[in-house]
Amino acid sequence: MSSTGETRTFGIGITEDDIFVQSQRLPVLPAPVATTGPIGWLRANLFSSPLNSVLTLVILGLLILVIPSVIRFLFIDAVWSGTDRDACLGGPNGEVGACWAFVRERLPYFIYGSYPIPQRWRVDLFFVMLAFGAGWLLWLDAPRRGLGAIYFFIIMPICAYVLLNGWPLIGLPSVDTSLWGGVLVTVVVTTVGMVASLPFGILLALGRRSSMPAVRILSIMFIEFVRGVPLITVLFMASVMLPLFVPPAWSPDKLLRALVGIALFSSAYMAEVVRAGLLAVPRGQYEAARALGLRFWRMQGLIVLPQALRITIPNIVNSFIALFKDTTLVFFVGIFDLLKTIEVARVDPKWATPVTSATGYAFAAVFYFVFCFLMTRYADRIEYRLARAERR
Amino acid sequence: MVGEKSGGWGRAALLDNPRVRGILYQVGLCVAVAFAAVAVWRNVADNLARNHITSGFGFLDQIAGFDISQTLIDYSVQTSTYGRAFWVGLLNTLLIAVLGIVLATILGFVIGIARLSRNWLLANVARAYVEFVRNIPLLLQLLFWYNAVLKALPDIRESIPIAGIALLNNRGLFLPQPSFGPGLAWAALAGVAALAIAFVWRFIAQRRFERTGHPLPVLVPGVILVIGALILTYAAVGGTIEFAFPQLGRFNVSGGVEILPEFVALLFGLVIYTAAFIAEVVRAGLLSVPRGQSEAAAALGLRRGQILNLIIIPQAKRVMIPPLTNQYLNLTKNSSLAVAIGYPDFVQIFTGTVLNQTGQAVEVVLITLAVYLALSFATSAAMGWYGARVAFVSR
Repeated sequence: MSSTGETRTFGIGITEDDIFVQSQRLPVLPAPVATTGPIGWLRANLFSSPLNSVLTLVILGLLILVIPSVIRFLFIDAVWSGTDRDACLGGPNGEVGACWAFVRERLPYFIYGSYPIPQRWRVDLFFVMLAFGAGWLLWLDAPRRGLGAIYFFIIMPICAYVLLNGWPLIGLPSVDTSLWGGVLVTVVVTTVGMVASLPFGILLALGRRSSMPAVRILSIMFIEFVRGVPLITVLFMASVMLPLFVPPAWSPDKLLRALVGIALFSSAYMAEVVRAGLLAVPRGQYEAARALGLRFWRMQGLIVLPQALRITIPNIVNSFIALFKDTTLVFFVGIFDLLKTIEVARVDPKWATPVTSATGYAFAAVFYFVFCFLMTRYADRIEYRLARAERR
Repeated sequence: MVGEKSGGWGRAALLDNPRVRGILYQVGLCVAVAFAAVAVWRNVADNLARNHITSGFGFLDQIAGFDISQTLIDYSVQTSTYGRAFWVGLLNTLLIAVLGIVLATILGFVIGIARLSRNWLLANVARAYVEFVRNIPLLLQLLFWYNAVLKALPDIRESIPIAGIALLNNRGLFLPQPSFGPGLAWAALAGVAALAIAFVWRFIAQRRFERTGHPLPVLVPGVILVIGALILTYAAVGGTIEFAFPQLGRFNVSGGVEILPEFVALLFGLVIYTAAFIAEVVRAGLLSVPRGQSEAAAALGLRRGQILNLIIIPQAKRVMIPPLTNQYLNLTKNSSLAVAIGYPDFVQIFTGTVLNQTGQAVEVVLITLAVYLALSFATSAAMGWYGARVAFVSR
């Protein structure tokens, strides 16, 4: 309280000598390490530790090594126009990129195969019908989706068959399936796989959960048998054994055999996807349906399946993606899908250059990637939407 | 009264009884299936008779008479039977499946963990890899590796030498072939003994860990022990190793071990494709472990690597095993795409060449299906056993 003379007292017996008072200004500390802004982001996400810094640099090095050369091959050095292989043999300094001229010239073959040129409008019409039906079903808030399902699963397949195969009676000359090829076949095989796999998959899934032992055992045997063997053997079986199974007069044509194989295969996989959805429907739903006096099919059709299929839409789309990629395997039973037409075209002497194969494969890769990627995104969106509905 | 009641339980009521209806449905189904089976059987018999194709499995003892480019067991064009060709193909399939599973698991774990890395660049490169590889058909990838990469290598006269001991050209990779002198049996014996010791050590370490909580190193000493025992014993009994280096001839390469480009392309394609799927399995498994686990581990002072190895992965394993099993099965089944690039796997040799030569479609396809079902079953059983071992033990 009192400050008499030099010595200040701070209480009982404590003098200024006993405590330390900072009397000089300390040097200003550097600003703290940035945690925001571009520098902060770099530090947190790319250089957070010595190991991470090394990894970042190594990956950057690899990317710098790979990406420019890929871009140079696909775009900068690429040949965009030309009429035969001479265009793609490369310049004087040997720099040669993708031969897009080859893809451009062969594009009709890649899309239609050997389908007669005057009849190709039928294929185009089929693509439009398919896109319309697919759009109707994929757009979840579309009006009259029930009608869309009828269109996609019943009306469209019949129309498509008449349109593509021909019906001379109404003026559409018939086109032998051995002439079909390219994207057309890829799309036909995928669509048949999808259209067949849903109903058969649902039946098999219900069969697998049936209380009737004979139905259950037959379903399990079929599903596990088909899932246990490679698609290639299913296709071989369909193509060499199916003609043996029926009287010679009925012997199915090559494409039909492959379609049967694909349909069997995709049904078995779809059955497991649907079963997972059925397992997710709470027991109470079954019990309530029974209590209302619904019989088996009405219970399944009105109560259980709508919920089960809804939950499992993302998985259904994923198995369609797998099916779309698997259709390339019809290659092995002598059917000209997109990949096979590319295989045929790339060894054609007219276009044989060192870069023709790589170009053809790049084209196929882009085609498959775009479609699969879009379907993946779609499945993700549905999953998000379902999750949001659950959170509510 | 009684009469009236029994009148009420008429035919309609009997059909309304779920049990009766169930039995009727099942009998109907069985009759339909049996009828179809008989019809198919008779058609098959008719068609075979018409085409003069013999039936039965006698063809397995006939001389095959075709060459196979990669044989793990002795096989000769002149003397080997179709039965021998069966085993050659099966072993080639097993070789690619086992190697593929091991490599795809390693690559898949690396990419799956990388996808969850805090390093933005690493995580996104891993993500781009997965998206890109998953969305392109495997067959296309195989054809690309084989036709656009390996077949585009220089031909034999312009082989690329690697470190002066190996040669790379469009007919394959030629490596030096080691040949061992006598005494290999002793070394093998010592190796087996060392392996046994390593397992005893593992048991002791496990016991000690459970009692005291102090881990003892197991894997590294074990590996050193086994390899050391092999080399030292071989050296002690005076064994020698000679390498036959591949020599470049005018039209051919002589000496050395040849690794077929078909094999490399198939292995590359399968591993790269399956690893993308395994990476997703690993990512989902790691994310399934509650955050609290890694936070608690971090609070105990474990480093990130330790958290991953000691806390996260052991718990994630349980979630990962069923989908991982699926991927292994897929890889094994996908190895049949070997047909596309001419690697002599089971389907290429047996379902392809043997079927074409003998025409016995029914028998060959049945054997093929049986083999793949057996492989699938064996893989599932092995993974089931492993799954049971790492399953959560509730006390």
